[in-house]
Amino acid sequence: MKYSINKEAVRAEVPLPVQDYLRGVKKGLPIGLGYFYVSIAFGMMAAAGGLTPFVAAIISMSNLTSAGQFAGTRLILEAAHSIEIALTVFILNIRYFLMSLSLSQKIDQKMGKMKKALIAFGITDEIFTIASLEKGLLTFEFMIGLITLPYIGWAAGTYLGARATMLLSPLLQDALGIALYAMFIALILPAARSSKAVLTTLFIAVVISCMFKYIPYIRGISSGFAIIAAAMIAAAVAARLFPIKEES
Amino acid sequence: MYLFTAIFIMAMVTYIPRVIPLTCFNRQIKSVYIKSFLYYIPYAVLGAMTFPHVLYSTSNIIFAGVGVAAAVLLGYFKRNLITVAVIAVGVVYLCNFFFAA
Repeated sequence: MKYSINKEAVRAEVPLPVQDYLRGVKKGLPIGLGYFYVSIAFGMMAAAGGLTPFVAAIISMSNLTSAGQFAGTRLILEAAHSIEIALTVFILNIRYFLMSLSLSQKIDQKMGKMKKALIAFGITDEIFTIASLEKGLLTFEFMIGLITLPYIGWAAGTYLGARATMLLSPLLQDALGIALYAMFIALILPAARSSKAVLTTLFIAVVISCMFKYIPYIRGISSGFAIIAAAMIAAAVAARLFPIKEES
Repeated sequence: MYLFTAIFIMAMVTYIPRVIPLTCFNRQIKSVYIKSFLYYIPYAVLGAMTFPHVLYSTSNIIFAGVGVAAAVLLGYFKRNLITVAVIAVGVVYLCNFFFAA
């Protein structure tokens, strides 16, 4: 019974692979444009730190993520230890675990593991959001279509941003150092404004992070580990104080 | 070599949480505590990453502070990422231009 319902849903939602792909591409267009602009800033940041446009583009094409690769690149520029880089980037990307888990319930069950593994590469906050809002099962073709333009936009913007930096004055390059942090602030403040729980999380994380920077004896700890420790303590306390309600 | 090893590691630790649930998992996390922890983690990381390091992101800590104030104000009023970044950079640039020795 359940099987026949699924089969009908698939037949109704998926007329032809090509059409399905194009439907995905169309839905991916606004994400692609947004990524193009954000990745220009990433390219500029990477180039201001001394990476070549080619290397910056490689980072974008192999990572396809915002906060994680911004943080990882900053650590690379500080010549941080690989373990610090791995832990910091991983912890920023833990949220993908939940998104991937959520998509696993929505994806066409007949899809092979290789196809699933390919789609998984394209799970970002925005692509996940659009995919989640789709009605019916998610097909391989639709997902690849959805990922296409964001991927191109992210790679192209990074390369162009890094190229443009070489033409900039030293005063402006110095000022660009704040760009990434300004974006982080823009990411967290709207959430902190509307949720006391997020505000509390931020407050605890910032206080602990500052302690690692300024208090004698513990300030020798490297910034990567300080960030991880501060974040895990803050999130653990917040999860205890403000358990989230069941959500979709 | 360090550079490409580091990039490879970044790519791996980004891909692993994306690929494992989708290919190997088909049940829901039930623990409210773990779900809550995972929900708060991105904000906690971004907060810890930003402060106090943002103050040292340009050559002058006071100029950086002015840039942070601009970013906080714009972020509070929910301007998009690019607007906030461009204006914060612009503010620091103007400080550099007019006040730097």
